[in-house]
Amino acid sequence: MTLTDKEVLHVARLAQLELSEEDLPRMQGEINEILNHVERLQKVSSLGVVPTLHVHGEINAFRDDIIRDSIPLEKIEMNAPDFRACCFRVPRII
Amino acid sequence: MSELTRLSVDEMRTGLLTGAFTALDLTDAHLKRIDATNEQFNSFLTICADKAREQARVADERIRKEGSQSPALCGIPIAIKDMLLTDGVETTAASKILKGFIPPYDATPVAKLKERDSIILGKTNQDEFAMGSSNENSAFGPVRNPWDPSRVPGGSSGGSVVAVALGQAPLSLGTDTGGSIRQPASLTGVFGMKPTYGRVSRYGVIAFASSLDQVGPFARSTVDLAYALDAICGYDSNDSTSMKREVPAFREELRKWEGKSLEGIRVGVPKEYFIDGNEPDVQAATQESLKTLEKLGAKLVDISLPHTEHALEVYYIIAPAEASSNLSRYDGVRYGYRSPNAKTLSELYSKTRAEGFGREVKRRIMIGTYVLSAGYYDAYYRKAQEVRTLIIDDFKAAFNNHCDVIAAPVSPTTAFKIGEKAQSPLAMYLADVFTIPASLAGLPGMSVPTTLDRNGLPIGLQLLGAPFTESTLLRVSQALEHAGNFDTRRNCS
Repeated sequence: MTLTDKEVLHVARLAQLELSEEDLPRMQGEINEILNHVERLQKVSSLGVVPTLHVHGEINAFRDDIIRDSIPLEKIEMNAPDFRACCFRVPRII
Repeated sequence: MSELTRLSVDEMRTGLLTGAFTALDLTDAHLKRIDATNEQFNSFLTICADKAREQARVADERIRKEGSQSPALCGIPIAIKDMLLTDGVETTAASKILKGFIPPYDATPVAKLKERDSIILGKTNQDEFAMGSSNENSAFGPVRNPWDPSRVPGGSSGGSVVAVALGQAPLSLGTDTGGSIRQPASLTGVFGMKPTYGRVSRYGVIAFASSLDQVGPFARSTVDLAYALDAICGYDSNDSTSMKREVPAFREELRKWEGKSLEGIRVGVPKEYFIDGNEPDVQAATQESLKTLEKLGAKLVDISLPHTEHALEVYYIIAPAEASSNLSRYDGVRYGYRSPNAKTLSELYSKTRAEGFGREVKRRIMIGTYVLSAGYYDAYYRKAQEVRTLIIDDFKAAFNNHCDVIAAPVSPTTAFKIGEKAQSPLAMYLADVFTIPASLAGLPGMSVPTTLDRNGLPIGLQLLGAPFTESTLLRVSQALEHAGNFDTRRNCS
């Protein structure tokens, strides 16, 4: 499996990562080197093998539904790049 | 006070209880050591001098009041990898995208240490988001190896191992996703343990690959490691993957085994870990350790873990897949870095992430996004999880039928030069070829320092156990430690 530059740019869009023209060839080369390596997996016979969902075979975990305080708003505001009137501000979309 | 930075936890505890020195003395000595060495080694990203001194005063008061009833780690300094959230103290995962982030709460292992009035000295350097095996991927510069500063300390917990090896802290916490505790421990000559998956809460630990990540300690002796495990292990309702299992009193268990032989312990020697690619000194050191184990009374058993050769492939599908999902939260909206160059919301996401993440992180996000994308899921992710089952079954068969622990090399090489593997991601990934299988199976594993190679660089022995058998690993580690003469304090003052 080898990804074309178009496919690499498509994956970058899916991943919300801007990829510059100059970064593209190196990224493409490295991804293809790694994908070629993991391709070896296709040779392993795993017909009928159940995929791992949890390493110790746990199915689900429950806890009591206890009401707890939320993180104080000022601690959220402190870390926000742009925060006004209890909202995270982002560029206009409409 | 420089001698204080060489002490074991037991020696520190005795000194604190007898009044030979205070927690504040201990804290000051370690802060001084950090101050004198951090510029060269770059092991700490944040130093909490004022907070640490304040905590030390509280610890001294508690020791004065409670004496020997105070917790074992009361007043003992510790360093924390920057993957663990610390309330009010900047936490970045060594990434530009989290520069300036001040967590609103503590990760559970940190909270447990604070309950005991341990002293948090600061946050240690690492590979960005724990992605790397050399600590060269930090956005804030590489960490240097105390045994040879032109070499890497391993990764991703590079700062945490160097802190312990240099006497900047007697204990530290790291995280292990594919080997990030065991490999750097081996490359810097300290003890490091990745506990069983689910043994330590991941609440408040910055997520890389959630089905693999696990927090564990570093120390200069087996006993010190046990003290740290006693503090951080246990079920936590805030982490749905933490396990409701009884936690042994690790330090007490070790007392029981001190000076005893390893009679009754069967040590599995997996042929797949003794490959041509291993450096001759690593190969020889491992064989020597096996002989020592035999002399100590253990029985060596040849075993096979046939799917070992595919573990790296499985890992480099599963870990990036989980990472691409976990790291989607870094979008410049709620916290962390935001690109000043974005004009639209879409640009805000893509420019923030392009400017905020380093090259290795971006590459793994790309691979993870690709293997999970429509049409490729079955061929990559599902296939990888199937082969992961086969790897787990290999270990189950070994532990059910043949052995109590497995002994093997930690890494094929000793510490390599800074820059040596920076050009080839795949060459770097091979540094974790022996640590990844146990990570995929969620098993406990550790690195025990045993000897030096021809260049004077440390070599560790890897011990692996069945789930929740950390005590057995510690027992074998203690016996090996006492039978050898590895000087973990060499660079401590």
